[in-house]
Amino acid sequence: MKRTAPSSRPTPPTPRSKPQVTRGRNIWLSHHVYVFFLSLGQFFSTPLANFMTSAVIAIALALPGGFYLLLENAQQITQTWAESSHISLFLNPQMAIQQAEILGQQLGQRQDIQSVRLVTSAEALEEYRKYSGFGEALNALEGNPLPNVLIIQPALAHLTPSLLQELDKLEEVDVAQFDMRWLQRLLTIIAVVQRGILILAGLLAITVLLVVGNTIRLAIFNRREEIEVTKLFGGTNAFIRRPFLYIGFWYGLVGGLIAWLLVNISFWLLRVPIQKLSTLYATEFEIITLDIQAGLILVVTGIALGLAGAWLAVGKHLRVIQPH
Amino acid sequence: MIIFNNATKRYPNGYEAIKQISFHIKKGEMVFITGHSGAGKTTLLRLIDLIERVTSGQLIVNGQHLGRISEKRIPDLRRNIGFTFQEHRLLYDRTIFDNVALPLMIAGYRHQDIRRRVRAALDKVGLLNKEKNYPITLSGGQQQRVGIARAVVNKPPILLADEPTGNLDPALAQEIMQLFIEFNQVGVTVVVASHALALIKTMRHRALVLQEGRLIGDTYPRN
Repeated sequence: MKRTAPSSRPTPPTPRSKPQVTRGRNIWLSHHVYVFFLSLGQFFSTPLANFMTSAVIAIALALPGGFYLLLENAQQITQTWAESSHISLFLNPQMAIQQAEILGQQLGQRQDIQSVRLVTSAEALEEYRKYSGFGEALNALEGNPLPNVLIIQPALAHLTPSLLQELDKLEEVDVAQFDMRWLQRLLTIIAVVQRGILILAGLLAITVLLVVGNTIRLAIFNRREEIEVTKLFGGTNAFIRRPFLYIGFWYGLVGGLIAWLLVNISFWLLRVPIQKLSTLYATEFEIITLDIQAGLILVVTGIALGLAGAWLAVGKHLRVIQPH
Repeated sequence: MIIFNNATKRYPNGYEAIKQISFHIKKGEMVFITGHSGAGKTTLLRLIDLIERVTSGQLIVNGQHLGRISEKRIPDLRRNIGFTFQEHRLLYDRTIFDNVALPLMIAGYRHQDIRRRVRAALDKVGLLNKEKNYPITLSGGQQQRVGIARAVVNKPPILLADEPTGNLDPALAQEIMQLFIEFNQVGVTVVVASHALALIKTMRHRALVLQEGRLIGDTYPRN
């Protein structure tokens, strides 16, 4: 692009014709409305090609969106399981019940622990007698061989190995046992997958930018003559940029709507097998689908990516095109 | 209105299309620029419309030193200049009406104003009945007239025409020239580049003669 070197001499004040200023924002707005519909018409003038571009955006949005939703569902299931998981602290057999109660109260005040319940050795023995069927045999024992136990319900966010290790190191604790270790592993895996989906979403967002950018670039070169003639009759860069930005907008909007549809169709197809699965695990489980808010986020993301891709292409290529 | 002062246009490869030209076109004047092809007629017009920039010397249009104008100001300046091209440069996917309306759209006129002005411009060049047609259906002379309607539709104070009669037969060429004279009569400064010497002589207006980028003649009609 040619640029004149800034002149050291001040340019004389010159009378500028300012039709736009006096005609005001109305005209600016009406041009936007005009281009809005013009670009919509252009979008549908070659529907197949434009829908294909939108479909690329749709799939790029639907993939992370759908995975994210699957993950939400998985988290919902594990949450119900996690609520029933707990850590058992078998206390030293020499410890008195009062000491056990104090320890229980201390632990209950910690942030990473949701609740603490004390099962005394007597209660444990009574329970064992009732359910084990060895009632008579137990009567033969001298004294109670069972220790006092603190049943700890960790706060969900703190379902980590470090909590277990920490509790295990307490002097009063004989053995700390996490009875749902696999669940904790599952939660860790979910966290890993969550990160993976974020990375995937980032890569797909870049893909959308490139696809839209390339499509707009082709559109710009197809309409080179129009751009040149517009510049020859005093069209500003903003004026020329506008229709291309709107095309990007339409790609994004249509892509976002298709993505919404794709996710909903996919989950409708998954609904029956997922419900079967949940009855097998005997859990009350309502499948999470895209609500209005999440759907709108999908569409707005599509629009933002479409606009950004168009902006990148237009910014780069418009300056190169100068009238000859 | 248009002042060339020792203006030179040198291309990066060293070729000088315009060599140290000086002349002054007054407001409301009608001037022909003539010379063989390659003499620099088109370049001269392109310098005025800021499609090219002078590399040395001065060029002042409408009181503005074009050598110092920033890229950002170019659109504003071009809106005060109507330009018709030898190869028409119409947009072939748009109707005649939309082609002529383009400068008004760019300048942000109201829809009613656009319709009124486009009709008036098309009426002036005798193509009002073609407004819904596409350029491809028109003859060369008609396309040239659409280009003229587009150039004058927003009533610019300056009108530049590059070989407007290029491929037209003498009668049509005469008609086109007559149109420019009519615009000049309502106060527009008109500059027409043309190699049709015989035709220009009959027009009885000032003529600048170029040869290999130099101004070799500046003739006024004798009464």
